[in-house]
Amino acid sequence: MKKFNRGVALVGAGMSSFGAFPGKTTRDLFVEAFREMHASVDKGFDPNDIDECYFGNYSSSQFEGQGFTAPFIANAVGMNPRPAIRAENACASSGTAVRLGITAIASGIADMVLVGGYEKETDRSTEEVTAILATASDNLYENVAGFTFPGLYAALSTAYMHRYGATPETMMKVALQNHENGALNPKAQFGKRISDFIKMKQRSAEKKGKPIPEWDDEMAFLRDPRANPVISWPMRLFDCSPVSDGAAALLLVAEDMAHNFTDKPLYVRASALASGVPMHDRSDLSMIETATQAGQTAYEMAGVGPKDIQVCEVHDCFTMTQVIATEDLGFFARGEGWRALEEGRTARDGDRPINTSGGLKSKGHPVGASGAGQVIEVWKQLRGEAGERQLPGEPALGLTHNLGGSGQVCAVHIFERR
Amino acid sequence: MSKDLFSAAGFYEFVDEKKLMGTKCKSCGELFLPPRPLCSSCHSEDMEWVEMGGKGKLEAFTVTLYGPTRMVEAGYSAKNPYCVGIVRMDEGPAISAQILGFDLSKPEEIKVGTPMSLTFIDRKEGEEEKTYIGFEPA
Repeated sequence: MKKFNRGVALVGAGMSSFGAFPGKTTRDLFVEAFREMHASVDKGFDPNDIDECYFGNYSSSQFEGQGFTAPFIANAVGMNPRPAIRAENACASSGTAVRLGITAIASGIADMVLVGGYEKETDRSTEEVTAILATASDNLYENVAGFTFPGLYAALSTAYMHRYGATPETMMKVALQNHENGALNPKAQFGKRISDFIKMKQRSAEKKGKPIPEWDDEMAFLRDPRANPVISWPMRLFDCSPVSDGAAALLLVAEDMAHNFTDKPLYVRASALASGVPMHDRSDLSMIETATQAGQTAYEMAGVGPKDIQVCEVHDCFTMTQVIATEDLGFFARGEGWRALEEGRTARDGDRPINTSGGLKSKGHPVGASGAGQVIEVWKQLRGEAGERQLPGEPALGLTHNLGGSGQVCAVHIFERR
Repeated sequence: MSKDLFSAAGFYEFVDEKKLMGTKCKSCGELFLPPRPLCSSCHSEDMEWVEMGGKGKLEAFTVTLYGPTRMVEAGYSAKNPYCVGIVRMDEGPAISAQILGFDLSKPEEIKVGTPMSLTFIDRKEGEEEKTYIGFEPA
């Protein structure tokens, strides 16, 4: 069994808003995240005491023309000459950075580590972003065939639907649920319910003097191809997480120091990472094997099971991915995840709430920051600081699930409030 | 030359000759499509090329309206989408390819599990003649 040589605790967490911020670079966004993280440390700390930095970033080289980022980001928050290392694992880059920060402390080489992630995507056109994200798929055998990123996850969705009977309506219900949660998250890019999008469309038509569109309800809106066009069937616009800018920052310390920083630290119970094969090489396309493997490793490490997890952020880069994740992590049996979703069991008031932050779908998906961003929701929920979206019952155990590429990497972390 | 390396370049040289080739590990017998120079099961480097029979089943697919620049230049668009999918060959391994021969205005009628046959797609890209693998319903 895998274990840490010494324990690690999370004592601070902060993020920029996620969204489109013209004129802001990853450095500006990370400074915002760092500032909020600094303020979140209850008893304060001196940034000069930080030993090392680990940052997740997928592709500032392609998005911003900055090929090499770690020392620049470290410089922006006054961390030079400390070691600063960029982790790149596509959309799981900062989940990977979290793991590297944990292992640095667990090994004894560092006592206090700054971990985070950042991405700046919205300076590029949609076509350019599509091309940049596609470089995280198999360049030799998937891109060539015509697969885009929404296309790869759309194909996974058809395999899942065929095997288990889910439909495109299941996917629409994921969007509905995550936007319901995201509406309560002030940091979310689309902090709006689907009903708010309906009102926006109606107001915009009214302003332009056009006939005001009407839909019977939110599902009718999502079914309407004019309101919710197909991008790559069965995936529609509202099945895709947005193109985003954003940053997140976390402060990790050795467990025995945790109470110098806060009386409410979170303890890292597990850190697991799995790598896998491209899509065509998988024996089963209705699941994501890396997530199953990382989940199992994490549960063994923490000595807990899926039933013990009370807060959970999963990587809903596309809607059906969320359903598959809830099965990969063992919350529901294979083929039962879509029913559980449709029955409302994964809603905020359900018995297995998922993505209370709004998920990547509503909160936003600045890919290099997303994994660290998930940890921030667990931090808030376990400390009772999630505001209007706070889960009842003082949850004590939370999990994050961060996928990279078409699921070729998965990072799973488990945190506990004692 | 590239064919000696069991590499992607070798694979696409065969595609230009309208052959779908995988590699077989001479040590443990495992079959790989696309090819591998190193066996991921037993780590042997003793490989040989093996031609696929061209029959398989559709395992997953999507109908894409907003494709990459290369597909846009080939004439595909939101009004003229294309289908791409993963086909599992009767020999066992699976591969990504463009899928032809379905009515793309009714994607809900395309069925995972449909028997498929290998075909090749010739496309002029600038001055170059390119060949891609494709599948159509058998």
